[in-house]
Amino acid sequence: MALLETRGLTISFGGLMAVANVDLHLEPGELVGLIGPNGAGKTTIFNLLTGVYHPTRGEIIFNGRSLVGLKPYQITQRGIARTFQNIRLFGELHVLDNIRIAYHWHSRYRVIDAVLRLPSYHRGEAEILSRSKELMRIFKLESYQNEKAKNLPYGEQRRLEIARALAARPRLLLLDEPAAGMNPQETKELMALINWVRQEFDLTILLIEHDMSLVMGICERIYVLDYGQVIAEGPPEAIRNNERVIEAYLGQEVNGVAPQGGKS
Amino acid sequence: MTKVQFSRKNFFALAGALLVYFIIASLLSTGMISKFQEINLMMLGINIILAVSLNLIVGFTGQLALGHAGFMAVGAYVAAVLTLKLHQPFLLAIIAGAVAAAIAGLIIGLPTLRLKGDYLAIATLGFGEIIKGLANNINYIGGAAGMIGIPRLTNWTWVYLMMVVTIIVTVNFINSTHGRACIAIRENEIAAETMGINTTYYKVLAFAMGAFFAGIAGALYAHYFYLIQPTTFTFFRSFDILVMVVFGGLGSITGSIIAAAGITITNAALQDLAVLRMVIYALLLIVIMVFRPQGLMGTGEFTLDRWMPKRGEAGGSAGN
Ligand SMILES: Nc1ncnc2c1ncn2[C@@H]1O[C@H](COP(=O)(O)OP(=O)(O)OP(=O)(O)O)[C@@H](O)[C@H]1O
Ligand SMILES: [Mg+2]
Repeated sequence: MALLETRGLTISFGGLMAVANVDLHLEPGELVGLIGPNGAGKTTIFNLLTGVYHPTRGEIIFNGRSLVGLKPYQITQRGIARTFQNIRLFGELHVLDNIRIAYHWHSRYRVIDAVLRLPSYHRGEAEILSRSKELMRIFKLESYQNEKAKNLPYGEQRRLEIARALAARPRLLLLDEPAAGMNPQETKELMALINWVRQEFDLTILLIEHDMSLVMGICERIYVLDYGQVIAEGPPEAIRNNERVIEAYLGQEVNGVAPQGGKS
Repeated sequence: MTKVQFSRKNFFALAGALLVYFIIASLLSTGMISKFQEINLMMLGINIILAVSLNLIVGFTGQLALGHAGFMAVGAYVAAVLTLKLHQPFLLAIIAGAVAAAIAGLIIGLPTLRLKGDYLAIATLGFGEIIKGLANNINYIGGAAGMIGIPRLTNWTWVYLMMVVTIIVTVNFINSTHGRACIAIRENEIAAETMGINTTYYKVLAFAMGAFFAGIAGALYAHYFYLIQPTTFTFFRSFDILVMVVFGGLGSITGSIIAAAGITITNAALQDLAVLRMVIYALLLIVIMVFRPQGLMGTGEFTLDRWMPKRGEAGGSAGN
C-alpha cells in the first residue's frame, strides 16, 4: 500500500492554478524527487500536504487516511514532518531547544506533572534530552548546543531544520531545497547524510531541489512539475531525456548540471 | 549528579524564600515598616503576581494582551462576594476568584486568540472595558459605587505565599515541554504548528493560567483595601502591568519580579511629587527603553547557578 497518495490535488489562488490535478504516489521507504522551474508549484504542494493550505479540490491519502481538512499539527502527529525553503527556525532559542520542541508531542507528562515536578516530569525530560542529544550528534550540531539558532552558519541552520523535523519522528519527511545556499562540498555531505538518515530512521522522503545533479544522484524516482502540473514522472535517466522536461527548463542544461534558473 | 545539584539549588531557594519572609515579617511586627510602607509592600507583592502572570501570556507565549486588569477585577469581585456576602473562608474566596478569572480567560481566549498582534491587543482591551461595564451595572456588587467594607484578610503572609506559588508554578511550567511549546509559538507560530504543537490549545492555556494568577492578585487586592470599584480596574492598570513586563524583559521571570518591585518602589518614593512624578516616571521608562530595549533581563534569567560552583562536569552525561 502506498504511504502517500494524492488524487487530483488542486489549489487555485484567485485565478491562478498553482497546483493542478497532481497525482503523487509514494511507496514506503522511497526517496522521491520533486523538481520544476521557479514558481512551478513545488512548495505549494508541500504546503498542501502539511495542512498550511487546504486544497481547492482533490484528495490526500496518507497511511490509508485522508489528510484533507486537518490542521498542520494534526498532520505532523500523523507522521509527516517538513523543512522550509526559507528557513523557519526558532531563531532566538538554543539549538537544543529547537530540537526539544519538536519532541514535544511525543512527551507524555502532563502540565500538572511539570508544575508539581512529579517523577514523570523528570523521566520525560531526561528522555527528551537524551533523544535530542542523539540527533545533535548525528547532525554534528553538538558544539552549537547552546548557541542561538539564528547565530549558526547557514549550512548548519539547514542541518538543524532537518534534525528538528526528524525529532518529530515522522514516517514521511518533506525537504524543501535542503541544500540551497550550501557549497558543493556541504551539499555532497548533506546528501550522504539524507541517504543515511533515511535508512537509519526508516523514512520515506520527498525532496524538492533545484540542483539537478543532486536530485538525479540520489532520487530513485522523480516528478517534474511545470505550471502546477506533473509533466513527467520516472527514474532519473528517463527524466533526463524527456522532451517535455527539457522544454520546460527551456534550454537549461539538464544533463547533470545545475540549472541557473536557480534560487529565489 | 544532576539530582544532587537540583536539590541543593532547591534548598538554597527555599532557605532564601523563608529568610526574606521572616525578615520582612519581623520588620512589620516591630513597626520598622510603617503603615504607609505596608501598603506599598502589599502592592509590591500583588504587582509581582500580576507581572509574572502577564509575562506568561505576553512574554513567553507572545500574545499581546491588554486586559489583565479585567482578570484582576473578576478575581477581586468574585472573592469579595464570597467573603463579604456569603461569609466563606478567605482561602476559598481566593481560589474561587482565581478559577472565575481563569474561566473568563478561556471565554475571551477561545474566540480572540485567532487574532494576532494589534488586533488581539484591541480585543483584549475591549474585554477589560466590558468587565468594567458589567461591574458598573450589576447592583448586587454595588454598581458604580463598588463593594465597600470588604474584610481586611490580606496580610503579608498571604501575599508572600501567593507570590511564591505564582512564581514556582510559572517557572516550573516554563521549564517543561509545555512551556517550550508556548515559547515556540512566540518564536514562530507556523513552525511551531508544523512541529506538532497544538498552538490554539497552548495559547488558551497560557491565557487561562495568566488569568488565574491575575484573579489571585485581584482577591488579595480587594481584601487589603476594603473597597473595590469598577474604576479600580481601568485600562491604565493593565498598561502599568504591561510596562513592568516589558521593562523587566519579555520572557524573563526574574526580570518581571525586579521590574515590578522597582516600579512599585519608585512610584511610592515619588508619591509626594504629584504631577512631577508622572514626568520622572516617563523619563525613567524612556531612558531604560533607549538603553535596554530588550528590558532589564532580556529573555535571560538571574539564577542561583551564577553563585554556585559548577559541579557535575565529571558526572557523565545527564541523559543516560
Ligand atoms: N499564498 C499564495 N497566494 C497567491 N499565490 C501563491 C501563494 N502561494 C504560492 N502562490 C503562487 O503559486 C505559484 C507556485 O509557487 P511555489 O512557491 O509553489 O513555487 P515553487 O515551485 O516552490 O518555486 P520555487 O522554485 O521558486 O521555490 C507561484 O506562482 C506563486 O506565486
Ligand atoms: Mg519553492
